[in-house]
Amino acid sequence: MADYKPNEMMTIAAARALKNDDVCFVGIGMPSAAANLARLTHAPGIMLIYESGTLATKPNILPLSIGDGELCETAITTVSVPEMFRYWLQGGRIKVGFLGGAQIDKYANLNTTVVGPYDKPKVRLPGGGGAPEIATSCGEIFIIMAQSKRSFVGKLDFVTSIGHVSGGDSRQKLGVKTKGPTKLITDLALFAPDPESKEMTVVSIHPGVTREQIQDNTGWPVKYAAKVDETAAPTAKELEVLRELQARTARATAEAA
Amino acid sequence: MARISSLAEAIEATVRDGDTLAVEGFTHLIPHAAGHEIIRQRRKGLTLIRMTPDLIYDQFIGMGCVDKLIFSWGGNPGVGSLHRFRDAVENGWPHKLAIEEHSHAAMANAYEAGGAGLPCAIFRGYIGGDLPRVNSNIKRVTCPFTGEQLAAVPAHRPDVAVIHAQRADKAGNVMIEGVLGVQKEAVLASKRSVVTVEEVVDDLGPRSLNATILPHWTVGYVVEVPGGAFPSYAQGFYPRTNSFYKQWDAISRERDTFLTWMDENVLKKGPEVFAEHVRKFRDAAE
Repeated sequence: MADYKPNEMMTIAAARALKNDDVCFVGIGMPSAAANLARLTHAPGIMLIYESGTLATKPNILPLSIGDGELCETAITTVSVPEMFRYWLQGGRIKVGFLGGAQIDKYANLNTTVVGPYDKPKVRLPGGGGAPEIATSCGEIFIIMAQSKRSFVGKLDFVTSIGHVSGGDSRQKLGVKTKGPTKLITDLALFAPDPESKEMTVVSIHPGVTREQIQDNTGWPVKYAAKVDETAAPTAKELEVLRELQARTARATAEAA
Repeated sequence: MARISSLAEAIEATVRDGDTLAVEGFTHLIPHAAGHEIIRQRRKGLTLIRMTPDLIYDQFIGMGCVDKLIFSWGGNPGVGSLHRFRDAVENGWPHKLAIEEHSHAAMANAYEAGGAGLPCAIFRGYIGGDLPRVNSNIKRVTCPFTGEQLAAVPAHRPDVAVIHAQRADKAGNVMIEGVLGVQKEAVLASKRSVVTVEEVVDDLGPRSLNATILPHWTVGYVVEVPGGAFPSYAQGFYPRTNSFYKQWDAISRERDTFLTWMDENVLKKGPEVFAEHVRKFRDAAE
């Protein structure tokens, strides 16, 4: 078995969740690395969309920001930002939204706004950006986040974008017709919503990770599906493509400096 | 018809204390040079609108120009926090900053509504989250035809829009190619406007037939400022200087290093430094 880091396992597991015919709304950071890894391995036809308006982009390096020239130059076309949010996102033309966050709860609601009270925050985070509508307008949502007690919390300080709200049919009762978070990919495990309660439950554990480790990095009592798999370890090919993508990105940044 | 002027004259003529400004750009074409001129002219009490307030907004806030920020994502993309923005919100330095926080969809729709001369924007959004709880400008309306509950926010109607573009001709027709952002909507929604460009030319030259996004009678002032988007980028002219975005994290983290940098690089300089920043890319292209 190849030697790899938990973050690499997370990115590779997230990439595997994407299919060749997906239309995916991609956030910067880990979602962008995972989505491009998918495109460079098993899903060459995947259509990646960034909120800067770049449609079906194929960047050679990972962008630092959502509107880097690399995204525009390799896209089929680039639309304005109002068009992006009206026709493409709100219009229902995006199948998968890929999100991360600072805090998540057991129903996969996300906080990217504040730590502490809104009016007197301990930490002011960047805010929601596109997430509030990505969370409800994309066909389904994948979330990628490293686990820790600080980020996997019993109660969010602020709900920036909804997941399964308070569980059960609470999301549908708000009038939302899309599926919401169907996969949560972490550095330790894969979670999916329980069919009834909608609580995110562990369905697969990454190689070498224990249940104790998962609980120690989660701020609520973790539930497990009836059948829990072991995640397949990264293949040599997956690791090679991911590392080459990251090295290419680092070289390009160094050359531009 | 647009007036071709110097940067100092354009800002002097359009931006007043207490104005509502949209200094827009979406990763691409962020008008840093024009922003520095606003700071040099010591404008105060501004309400600033921007979808993605980044380094130039961090500078406005840290220099005490801003009373209120209307925004949807305030960070240094791919790097981390905007430290001056955080210091203002968390500690009230250099003074208290009021915030009106939205989602991107709301902001984009609000610009479009402003450009369309409507009082508000209506869209499907803000379902279930906490933003409507902390922002009283997020309301719900019922579709008169289907009964669907939709979100409504006030249209953006800035006093002044400030944007950067690749090219204008001498009449002031403005051309943008690449990531378009919300700049066209911001200018059409505003009472006054300043457009800085990489070059003012006799003829816009070979281009897509749709690339002239703002015809001359919709534009107030046009100013040639080569490199005026640095460290942001101008497609076809120079790339984004990602290394500066990373350096900004250290420059802006502490108040004194920030003030020293602003003094040396903004207050004591003029718009001509921007051409220097991008000279190596120009030389490489020639």
